[in-house]
This record gives sequence, C-alpha cells and structure tokens, in this order.
Amino acid sequence: MAKITAGVATSHVPAVGAAIDMGRTEDDYWKPMFQGYEFSKSWIKTNNPDVAIIVYNDHASYFGMEIMPTFAIGVAESFEVCDEGYGPRPVPSVEGAPELATHLAASLILDDFDLTVLNVLEVDHGLTVPLSLMYGTPDKWPSKVIPLAVNVVMYPQPSGERCLSLGKAIRRAVEEFDEDLNVQIWGTGGMSHQIQGARAGLINLPWDQKFMDDLVDQPEVLQYKPHLEYMREAGSEGVELIMWLIMRGALGDKVDEVHRFNHVPASNTSVGHLILTPQGGNA
Amino acid sequence: MKPDFEQFKDLPGTTIFTIEKGREGFQLNEFCMSLRKEENRRRFLADERSYLDEWEMTEDQKQAVLTRDFQKMLDNGGNVYFLSKIFAAEGLSYVQAVSTMTDMNVEQYQAMMLAGGRNVEGWRSKKERDVA
Ligand SMILES: [Fe+2]
Repeated sequence: MAKITAGVATSHVPAVGAAIDMGRTEDDYWKPMFQGYEFSKSWIKTNNPDVAIIVYNDHASYFGMEIMPTFAIGVAESFEVCDEGYGPRPVPSVEGAPELATHLAASLILDDFDLTVLNVLEVDHGLTVPLSLMYGTPDKWPSKVIPLAVNVVMYPQPSGERCLSLGKAIRRAVEEFDEDLNVQIWGTGGMSHQIQGARAGLINLPWDQKFMDDLVDQPEVLQYKPHLEYMREAGSEGVELIMWLIMRGALGDKVDEVHRFNHVPASNTSVGHLILTPQGGNA
Repeated sequence: MKPDFEQFKDLPGTTIFTIEKGREGFQLNEFCMSLRKEENRRRFLADERSYLDEWEMTEDQKQAVLTRDFQKMLDNGGNVYFLSKIFAAEGLSYVQAVSTMTDMNVEQYQAMMLAGGRNVEGWRSKKERDVA
C-alpha cells in the first residue's frame, strides 16, 4: 500500500531559483534564507520519498489564458522545464510517476474532483524552486514527481474548503494504491506578497505566522477564509497559500511539526516553510 | 453562488485579475505568452511596434506596453505573471519592474523590502487608506 508519510510547505520565489542557479546562496542577502533549509536538506536525505506530489501553480509559463484549468494533474513519464522569459532554469527535467498519477487522476475524478489530465506539461519555478530548496543541485532529482497544478492566478480560485477536501481525497486515493510507495505531498507558494500596483511589496509576517499555526493545529478554521481576506491581509499574490491547504488535507487530522522557518524578504516575498508528519499512522 | 467582482475594488493600489479581466486582456496576455520563445523576444525588442501590430490588442494596450506602463497594462486586463515576460525579455527582475508601479524608485523599494516590506496598516482598504 502506498502511504503519505510527510508534508512539506514552502514558498517558491523565482529569485530564489535564480540565486541558486547563479551560485549566490552564500551572498549576505541570501545566506540567512538558505540556512533555514539546511535542516530540510538533511532531513530529506533520510526521509526521501519515492514520489512527491507537488501542489503548485503555473505562472503564465505553460498555461496561458486559452485554457485555465482549476486543478490539473500531470500523468506523463517526464516534464520539461519552462522558459519563463529568461531561458529555462538549468535544472534537471522532472521524472513523473505515471502509474500512481493515473490512479490518482481516476480516483479523484470519481470522487467528484474534476481534474484536468495532462499528458504533456512543462513545469515552472513554482515546482522547480521547491525541488531546488529541498535537494540542492543534483544531476537528477532524487524522487519522482506528480505535478498538481492549481489556478491561483485568476479569480475565482478554488475555495479553501475545496482545497482542504481535495487533500483528504488525495490521502484516501494514495492509500488505495497497491504498490508499496513512500509518498510525500508538498504545498508551495506564498506567503504574503504582492507584486503589482501601488501596494506592491506588502508583507504581513504576523498573519503568515498565524496561518502556519492554524494550518498545523486547526486547518478546518482556514477552509472558510475568503479569497478577499488572503488578498487584503497577505497581498494579491498571497492567495497562493490556498495550495498549502491541499497539502495539509492529505496529512490527516493531527500532525507533528518537524520544522518551521520564516524569512523576510526574498525579493518581494515573505518566505515560509514547514515540514509536517501525520500522527498515528493511517488515521 | 453569485460571483462578486466588485468586492476587490475596495483594495487600494491593487488590481485583482478576474475571469472578466482575463477576457478583457486576452490579446495582451497572449502577446506576453509569445515572449516565452527566445526568437520572439528578439523580434519584439528589435521592432516593438510591428511586433505588437501582429496582435489584436487595443491601442491603449499597445501604448502601455511601448511605454512600459505596467499599471496601465493591469488596468487594461494584463496580469503580472503574463507581463513578466515583457520585463524578462529585457533581463529585468520582478523587483525592478514591480517597483515602477509604486511611488518609490527601485532603491527605495529595495530598502523597504529589506526593512520587512510594506506594512499592511493603512493599506487594507480604500476607506482605511482614505482614498476614493
Ligand atoms: Fe507563485
């Protein structure tokens, strides 16, 4: 039986990817941020999953406005890295997990989550920056990946309630897969940031920290938080945090907090990072 | 559920990209998507006006692009992730481009970020900010 053994939440700031790609992680500006991931890089060496389901959003890199799926799952053998305008990041392409992904897609659709099925997908910084933060700069990513893309760019985004319950359905679907696989789920994006308009640069660290507290201890209270509240309190792009609810929903009722880190700023963004493990096995 | 697009108008200095805005800005955002290709970036930078004329954009949208008026692009249906392809083509970072939408220059903006970012106090709503 496959099992979800841990959840990782992390911001996916593009400038963080650029700092890694240009060898600037030791710069005064970047060093304190990357230090917060040192624990995680050693933790994942001993807790490496067979498959990481990475919940992320595309930033007008693969999906334009011609087709904008609310939820989409990548079922391909592999995923190339997008050119986001600066040339593709010099990182390995991403190996998929087609059998588990196909099982998940079918199972979730039958459970009324109408996922778009992607046999072709190029992934952007939303997915590759978390890989870089957790794994550094290997020649090949150490785990297979199932990309789960969420529309957070265009309102209406999916509701918090929908995200949390999708996470719960993912947990059930993973446990119904016959092969013995160690599966993690990563929720990416956030935390507070706004990269447009006269209000650009907004950061709300106390709000971010309360969000993390609630995500760990009482995610059910977060599910009714309206999109407007994310935008008002955490900036227009802070609404990405709904993706963390999908991750949290997949971990069951109670979790242990293995690691927590906050850092301001990375470029325009408040960086937040959590590692959580489910309590009590397969509750 | 009845959608409420008006609720976002209360956010000061913020343009929320909605399904409605997506329709308004479709051609502008399509143009931006074309800049994912190196060849198109080169062609655009070599002759911006003719490249823009290949798209069914409004003249306002074209002028906003030509003058790099990102706020005007947002007002005309652009979304910042799409618009990023324009400044990426020129090798500019998000901080460099985003700061142009504020009342700060890039040094002041960077200093604000290093000091913890823009404080939400006074920026939650137009009422709180005391602007119409
Ligand atoms: Fe993002």
